[in-house]
Amino acid sequence: MNLHEYQAKDILAKYGIPVPPGKVAFTADEAKQIATEYGDLVVIKAQVHTGGRGKAGGVKLARNPEEAREKAAQILGLNIKGFITKKVLVAKGINIAKEYYAGMILDRVTQRVVLMLSKEGGMDIEEVAATRPYALIKYPINPTTGLRPFEARELVKRAGMEGNLNKLADVLVKLYQAYVGIDASTAEINPLVITDAGEVVAADAKIVLDDNALYRHPDLTPLREFEAEHPLEVEASNYGFSYVKLDGSVGVIGNGAGLVMYTLDLVQRTGGKAANFLDIGGGAKADTVYNALKVVLKDPDVKGVFINIFGGITRADEVAKGVIRAMDEGILTKPVAMRVAGTAEQEAKALLKGRPVYMYPTSVEAAKAIISMTGGAK
Amino acid sequence: MSILVNKKTNVIVQGITGREGAFHAEAMINAGTKVVAGVTPGKGGQTTLGLPVYDTVKEAAVHHHIDASIIFVPAPGAADAALEAANAGVPLVVLITEGIPTMDMVKAVAEIKALGNVRLIGGNCPGLITPGECKLGIMPASVFKKGRVGLISRSGTVTYETAKALSDAGYGISTCIGIGGDPIIGTTFKDLLPMFNDDPETHAVVVCGEIGGSDEEDAAAYIKEHMKKPVVGFIGGRSAPKGKKMGHAGAIIMGNVGTPESKLAAFADAEVPVAETIDEIVEYVRAKLG
Repeated sequence: MNLHEYQAKDILAKYGIPVPPGKVAFTADEAKQIATEYGDLVVIKAQVHTGGRGKAGGVKLARNPEEAREKAAQILGLNIKGFITKKVLVAKGINIAKEYYAGMILDRVTQRVVLMLSKEGGMDIEEVAATRPYALIKYPINPTTGLRPFEARELVKRAGMEGNLNKLADVLVKLYQAYVGIDASTAEINPLVITDAGEVVAADAKIVLDDNALYRHPDLTPLREFEAEHPLEVEASNYGFSYVKLDGSVGVIGNGAGLVMYTLDLVQRTGGKAANFLDIGGGAKADTVYNALKVVLKDPDVKGVFINIFGGITRADEVAKGVIRAMDEGILTKPVAMRVAGTAEQEAKALLKGRPVYMYPTSVEAAKAIISMTGGAK
Repeated sequence: MSILVNKKTNVIVQGITGREGAFHAEAMINAGTKVVAGVTPGKGGQTTLGLPVYDTVKEAAVHHHIDASIIFVPAPGAADAALEAANAGVPLVVLITEGIPTMDMVKAVAEIKALGNVRLIGGNCPGLITPGECKLGIMPASVFKKGRVGLISRSGTVTYETAKALSDAGYGISTCIGIGGDPIIGTTFKDLLPMFNDDPETHAVVVCGEIGGSDEEDAAAYIKEHMKKPVVGFIGGRSAPKGKKMGHAGAIIMGNVGTPESKLAAFADAEVPVAETIDEIVEYVRAKLG
């Protein structure tokens, strides 16, 4: 789950990392009011769940309250990579002397949280990593000890960062405490600013939370914003499905992430394009399949549905019952290619007898069938 | 022979009194697994499926010789359950539970690796099976026939599909391990390949990988240097868009890490043919084994 910059900064502040004072505005007038309160240079920043806000015109400076109102009016409603800006952060301006980068991500190779540190802050860190890898320090943190102050000090020195060593190291130690404390999967400060006055400040922050751990953070759960996600992804998650909207025309339903991915690959290999990824998970019942069909068929791009089920924990006859219900209720009127294997396969075939649902013995044959029924890639 | 488990493996089930635990404990027993006891904290002294239930793994270990534990404990307590088994001296711990908080796994994997004598498989995995001898997982045993191909996979259902196809074609499976789809897991492909390399009953190995991470690249590096037996590869999610998580938390392409191109190149470098369909996996195995 993605957090907005202002939410991320609130969390960092709670863990003792200095952030510039700032408040959220939903209207231009609110932005003006906040700017009046700060009575100085402010920066107005679009709060959307995507990067590249600056390039898209979503970040602007304002020298006085009236200018703050104008700039906020320009940013509110702005479409940034498909995300409509509904709120802005109005933050007190800071005098930047130096811009650094500090980030933590989960690294599967070392199986640890890795601290990344660079003198080249304020820019796209992936670009730094790709073009000047020597400018990015990576340090896997021992989960048993956590990041200790002496390690943080050594890393600040290694990165060649100038400024108050203890303050910089303290930010890193606290960033790790925050990372673990809120169960983040990504926590970045970019830029980590040294001000003219020598203060260390997190001028921008990005936090992504680990969805698996949300249950133990009831205070963070309400920060989830459904409008930021595709509406069908929200509906699917309410049913407990894993759904990803894609840009083709073949609706795909399967059990198990691997099999669904394989099904998408088959659709593409056969000359079509999948409209979605939908994993009904294990132990699926008739209702589950019925609900999955409801979700997939709400997508107007879908011209036909490919159901690919391997009955491990799932019973194939339950799948068939879900399909039959969707047909009887008039939800499912588009072509279906179905391939069901494993437990209770024969029962499923018997239930579907006489229905215009085509069952195929292999995934490859079902893929060919659904592509020919839906007219290939569109 | 086979790897990790056989008909002599004594198994306990952690979370045996839960719905999933009870269901799969029974299925494992029916598949021939030697399940000797169950563990559910607070339910010690009960009997389930004719088996004694203990409060702790340590208590179970007093009364039984334990070679392996399989865990069906819900996500909030799952990593703790794995650490309990590992610290009680159980040498093989299979963590089936999905949705475990990532930091729990980071800490558990670090502690278990430090113990040095415990192999953790999973979490979020289907487990492992030596057909006809020991099923330590949730896979449908009926599609696994005893045979000579070792199978390792990051996915559940693709594993079953492949096992069925290999079994139907007459090759069968020596041992099959589903390593799990999460970013932090106890055992990766490169940990298992040496075991298959040394197992006389395994004549070929199928590696079913998918997008995300670099397990396939690591496996390819081992194969190139050390593997004495033919290996056939498979990469799921080749059509997936970048940056989107495809069901498995681990199946995500970040920047240039985890791309199908990188995995295909690594397999090509190790002279491992990569099948595009499950039928092709069987064809490549046939080409190698005849």
